[in-house]
Amino acid sequence: MKIMVAVKQVVSLDEDFELRADGRDVDPDFFVRDLNEWDDFSLEEAVKIKEAAGAAEVVAVCIGSDEADDVLRKCLAKGADRAIRVWDDAIEGSDPIAIARILAAVAKRESPDLLFAGVQSSDQAFAATGIATGAFLDWPHAAVLTQLNYTPGATRAVFRRELEGGLLHEVEIHCPAVLTIQLGINTPRYASLRSIKQAAAKPIEVLAPGDLGLSDAEIGEAGSASRVRRMFVPDKAQAQLLEGDAAAQADKLAAIIRDFKGEAA
Amino acid sequence: MSGILIIAEHRRGELRPQTLELVTAAQALRSGAAGVSLALIGKAPDALLPALHLAGVDEIITVSVDAAEFDPETYESSVGALIQARSPAIVLIPHSVDSFGYAAALAAKHGLGFATDVFDARFVDGTLVATRGGYGQKVHVEVDFPGRRTVLLALRGNSFKPAETPATPRITAFAAPLIVSRSTPREFIELPAADDVDMTAAEFILTIGRGIGEEANVGQFRELADALGATLGCSRPIADAGWLPKSRQVGQSGKTASACKLYIAMGVSGAIQHLAGMKHVSTIVAVNSDANASIFGVAKYGVVGDIFAVAEELRKRF
Repeated sequence: MKIMVAVKQVVSLDEDFELRADGRDVDPDFFVRDLNEWDDFSLEEAVKIKEAAGAAEVVAVCIGSDEADDVLRKCLAKGADRAIRVWDDAIEGSDPIAIARILAAVAKRESPDLLFAGVQSSDQAFAATGIATGAFLDWPHAAVLTQLNYTPGATRAVFRRELEGGLLHEVEIHCPAVLTIQLGINTPRYASLRSIKQAAAKPIEVLAPGDLGLSDAEIGEAGSASRVRRMFVPDKAQAQLLEGDAAAQADKLAAIIRDFKGEAA
Repeated sequence: MSGILIIAEHRRGELRPQTLELVTAAQALRSGAAGVSLALIGKAPDALLPALHLAGVDEIITVSVDAAEFDPETYESSVGALIQARSPAIVLIPHSVDSFGYAAALAAKHGLGFATDVFDARFVDGTLVATRGGYGQKVHVEVDFPGRRTVLLALRGNSFKPAETPATPRITAFAAPLIVSRSTPREFIELPAADDVDMTAAEFILTIGRGIGEEANVGQFRELADALGATLGCSRPIADAGWLPKSRQVGQSGKTASACKLYIAMGVSGAIQHLAGMKHVSTIVAVNSDANASIFGVAKYGVVGDIFAVAEELRKRF
């Protein structure tokens, strides 16, 4: 039994970031990189199933340059058995559709029983990569899971997806399937110092698109469904600030509350 | 190659309100692409027709399928067949939990131009340009779709006004391809309105977020909310951690705080889903130590400062 977990190294921005000279992205000098928050939950879900099953393998897969080894080490420390990273400079500029094509190629090689991805990434938030991967594999797929019942080896899984407004929807799905995992489905573990040390010694398998039978036309901008024209910092509507120390701020806030209550009375 | 195709969203026999926003969005794109059709896919699509008799829709296409409720493969095959039959230039869908489940698969299978969470779309010198957020909404990103005959756009909720002018579009039935879906929708489960609170009826909500740091701090904010006469709510991480019941979560996936008029958010940074769920509130006050927190972008009033100090001072005044 094998579960593949697609993970992304996401980027948050330094406070005073600057755009790249061509205006199509932020200057990478201002990037702060980390494991996507959603992926922490999908990895945990896979490791939980593995632990319940006794014998199973969790494979973490990341599309990214060698800087992304950090997130794969984190996955290894939290219970992934193997880590695969796919990169080539030609992947630069890939949108979620192109990334999904690469992930699907890895999944064809690995033949997992389930493939997990986060609902979305915290940086670009397309909410698309996992489900597009399902399409390239022609596997059934479902998004935004907050509960999953799956017995290793079973041909079907039952899950709940989280809808808007506090509603859940129960669905049964054939396996293998691609499932995107929502925050809160479990409580991700912290890696112990010992497991972090062990993870540092584990190998990360590095593949190029060519190893997966992918041509340059299928990846990068050429293989993408959209192309970035430009990025810009929006003129933000800003809140009217209540100035002063905490006491002065509380005075003003109290006045707003009393005003509201007067109106409401 | 022309026209705009809108895919209506519905659940449990009711039209999802975002569908009406798509009709408005389509009008701005009309000049570059002729005709607006709206597809209604469901087991008994005719039942929803009255809600869609709107100006700006030239044609309603009803598509009868087996699945009573949303199912990814049913939508992929139906919308895919519609795209092949009609070759629309643009397909508009809501950026929603349902569309998360099938939009990207549709784009991947049919080689569509594709962008999600789009809040602005227009033609610039004949080229369709869509705008979305990037890097946690710190930047806006303009994307285009070179060489794509059809572009699928999932539009962010509350970005366009809902259409409301009545009209009488023509109605066409479209035969969907028969498929056997590999997933089966079962029942809906309502979140119990636990611990006697009804967030949907609350007019004054005080919400706590990650900024409260630890569970032991929940108590003082509960006490503050009581003193203020506010209902205590929370953002997603607080409910996920189990510090407050899920029924107290507000934002897009939490309870819809539809009656809320005054909303004080303490230590809530403002994930896009949270903000989208609270955008309708007339007075939002954000208290956060991070002056760059995105919640200050939607708040009417902002307090940049330590939430514990402000809470303590506020407590003294009530």
